[in-house]
Amino acid sequence: MKKVISGLKKKFGKTITGTIEFRGEHTLLVEKEKTKELLKHCRDELGFDYLLDVSSVDYLGSEPRFEMVYELCRLAAGEHLRIKCALEEDEPMDTASDLWATANWHEREIYDMMGIKFDGHPDLTRILMWEGYPYFPLRKDFPLAGKPSEMPDVAFTETAPLAGGPFVTSPTTQSSVHREPRSQEV
Amino acid sequence: MADTDNQQASVAYDSKIEGNVIFTRLDATINWMRKNSLWPMPMGLACCAIELMATGASRFDISRFGAEVMRFSPRQADVMIVAGTVTYKMSLAVKRVWDQMPEPKWCIAMGACASSGGMYRSYAVLQGIDHLIPVDVYVSGCPPRPEALLEGLMRLQEKVDEEESAVALLKNPDVRAEEQQEVEA
Repeated sequence: MKKVISGLKKKFGKTITGTIEFRGEHTLLVEKEKTKELLKHCRDELGFDYLLDVSSVDYLGSEPRFEMVYELCRLAAGEHLRIKCALEEDEPMDTASDLWATANWHEREIYDMMGIKFDGHPDLTRILMWEGYPYFPLRKDFPLAGKPSEMPDVAFTETAPLAGGPFVTSPTTQSSVHREPRSQEV
Repeated sequence: MADTDNQQASVAYDSKIEGNVIFTRLDATINWMRKNSLWPMPMGLACCAIELMATGASRFDISRFGAEVMRFSPRQADVMIVAGTVTYKMSLAVKRVWDQMPEPKWCIAMGACASSGGMYRSYAVLQGIDHLIPVDVYVSGCPPRPEALLEGLMRLQEKVDEEESAVALLKNPDVRAEEQQEVEA
């Protein structure tokens, strides 16, 4: 796996802005423009034949705001490679659905939940919420309880009563009774 | 048979007339027939539906209570059993199925999610099906065991037994329509 990383570094040079190794997991930080090319290289030349997952992170308050995360896998060797790239708000990402068909639905979910758009995607529609739902609910500035919305004859939403929630665990060396999720208000 | 004297005698049986004639009130008869053939509309939306299926299967056997005829057409159903998490995306579909059920109809909210949203205090989940349709019986549990659902069904039977069915039936249709409009307004 070290060979793969050093090979990629040599080929893509400065566009790889960093590498992380943590407990045998390898992560590459790549510039956004080169990400698609690097993914294609990984698939065609290095044998990463399986895209495990595509996800995104919202770092609200810092620039750039979003981050895309691709989890690649080489099935024959059982090796994983994580590729990350930073993304400005309102900046579209290139689709990976022409490289791995499974990215199609992953990207639709990211669009649905985070509002990141994908250039070249064959069918960029919402996958969980309905067409016309006005918010992106996994963004950090979206409240946990939700927001009211109304689409006649399709669906509506209301605000959920949190009743002192959210219920979170707190780190402690005490017994599991103390570690149980509790309301933050108490 | 000894304890029938203690119960409310809603059906009187006169053995001298060789069992062909029963004296009773119309209400009692209609309610007796209704409560013992509650055909459910299984609105299975999440894990509660598994318990609902178990309730219908041989071990728990909901047919002992006359409610085994799960009709997958709302037009033939009497009681909608909302079993599971009602998401906002699904909620208007549930309402539409409910609206297609003929009167008289009842609703059982099975489990925490259908009753109150359960653990899903979230943008995606309706906080109780009673926001959309009237619920007669709430069954607690996550999910409730089949015994709990059967208990809920028995409570619903008790409720049906106390309704003024004949009064509602005999009432002038125009009056009934007016009353319905008042309820909806």
